[in-house]
Amino acid sequence: MSVLARGSLGRYVAVRLAATLLLLLALSFIVFGLLHLTPGDPARNLLGPKNPSPEALEAIRAKYHLDEPFLRQYFLWLGNVLHGDFGTSIRSDVPVTTLLAERIWLTFQLAGLSFAITVLVGVPLGIAAAWRAGSALDRSVSVASIVGVGAPSYAVGLMLLYVFGVWLDIFPVYGSGDGGLDTLWHLVLPAITLAFGIGALVFKLTRTAVLGELQQDYVAFAYSRGLAQRQVRGLVLRNALIPVATSLGLVFGFLFGGTILVEVTFALAGIGNLLASSVTFKDIPVVQAITLLTALVIALTALTVDLLYYAVDPRVRKRGLQ
Amino acid sequence: MKRIPWTPIIAGIPLTVVGIFVLFSGWIAPDATQQDILTGVTPPGTPGHPFGTDQLGRDILQLAIAGARSAVVGPIVIAFGSMLIGLLLGTLAGYIGGGLDIALSKYADLLLALPTTLIALVVAGLVDGGYWITVLVLTVLFSPTDIRMVRGAVIAQASRPYIESAKVLRLSKRRIMFRHIVPNVLPIALTTMLLNIAFALVAMSALSFLGFGVGPGTPDWGRQLSDGRDLLGQNWGAIVVPGVLIIVTAAAINLMGDWLQERFDARAVAR
Repeated sequence: MSVLARGSLGRYVAVRLAATLLLLLALSFIVFGLLHLTPGDPARNLLGPKNPSPEALEAIRAKYHLDEPFLRQYFLWLGNVLHGDFGTSIRSDVPVTTLLAERIWLTFQLAGLSFAITVLVGVPLGIAAAWRAGSALDRSVSVASIVGVGAPSYAVGLMLLYVFGVWLDIFPVYGSGDGGLDTLWHLVLPAITLAFGIGALVFKLTRTAVLGELQQDYVAFAYSRGLAQRQVRGLVLRNALIPVATSLGLVFGFLFGGTILVEVTFALAGIGNLLASSVTFKDIPVVQAITLLTALVIALTALTVDLLYYAVDPRVRKRGLQ
Repeated sequence: MKRIPWTPIIAGIPLTVVGIFVLFSGWIAPDATQQDILTGVTPPGTPGHPFGTDQLGRDILQLAIAGARSAVVGPIVIAFGSMLIGLLLGTLAGYIGGGLDIALSKYADLLLALPTTLIALVVAGLVDGGYWITVLVLTVLFSPTDIRMVRGAVIAQASRPYIESAKVLRLSKRRIMFRHIVPNVLPIALTTMLLNIAFALVAMSALSFLGFGVGPGTPDWGRQLSDGRDLLGQNWGAIVVPGVLIIVTAAAINLMGDWLQERFDARAVAR
């Protein structure tokens, strides 16, 4: 039987990867198209506010292929990308891959740290709230989570920055530190900020999942058979945590995409901050590369999550993935 | 005895206040954009300026009151517009189905696979067309969730007996969809719309925080926050006032939406 047989895992992965590629292709075309619909001119941006000579403008345009027809520019770019070359940043004249390599680690650290906070706070609180549904703990955390889900990271971040950075003076106010532990220390407040909203979402999800599982017939049956509460709760958790675990994978993707605002708020030199400034400058190659990279990370985490589902849930394994 | 519905009361108070800001900011905060560069930044508690002033000497409180309009009106238009799209396309996809349904679902999948903030930033930032273009971009980005939600609700309605009888009466598809199904989908659609206002508020202010969508000098909460970031050590009012306003407004809308949702769910169960 071939790996691509109907209903097999190999075929499923292949189809998903192909869909991801199509998505990236469509996305890159849209971003490219947008840049061409807009009034700004990167060549003029680069040469500054002084009136540039026509020759200088021509030279810049020729260098970055800005003088070619739209479709030709797109295919030139696409051809280079397929060779691993994302072009050169128009603003800083540095290869895009170098720019990204300098910054991506910080963004990954930020997303990773706030992922850890989200999981370590959101999930246990959700379980505790569901065990004691209707209690003061449940109600207060539930109300807090409504605030948390809606609270914008930049506003929360600035408040935290004021309270812990300026007023109490515990955490550093700006920047990314000098690497290693110092960087981690600089990332604590940003990571908490980023985890705030998504942690609230994870809390809600966990609470709903555990509550739903507690209402199942097998729980009543287990109790009536005289199982200890601890044992029953073990059973409930095993079932309830499957949807939680899979949604956590998606959370990582969201965190990765959500770093822009937090990086700008805390002046961190990650790829989100780079994206924000590159958009202002209309630095096409950089915007393209970061958009595609983020979409790729999100698509790949989604795929990993589905495969994880397959690994942890015997029911899914039996039915096969759709 | 009937329980007092505390949630809508608690959520309603800040929303009323913000509503008053939006409608009457011209009277409450007439000097919002008046600059006084010679004075510059002053801390909270300065006479005449309860929350101090910003870099340009503008009164923080008045600026925040005037900023309510730009922060709130766009999101309401976004939520309303995207629900209109959702009701139209979602009903068609859910009731007629077929190729249209597949095409719309794929379109929704495509947009949902992307982080909204990032795409909104890239699209609105690159187009750079000001406030209403940004509203339009966000409306398009918000519509897939609405299309999906309406589609699901329409499919749930379509198998109900009253639709069967409407079919037996040979009513036209258009009449069944828009005279019979849509009114029954409307409650949940309105709740979703309310929740979407909160999301749009956060997204829209995020863009203006990053410097897109709202021109310099325009009073706006997101813009005010990004200006206030540079004043952390000099005037805490510059971030706390707009920050609290955004957080409280979004939370109040969410509370209200959650409360409505639970009520409609309870009614659906009771039926």
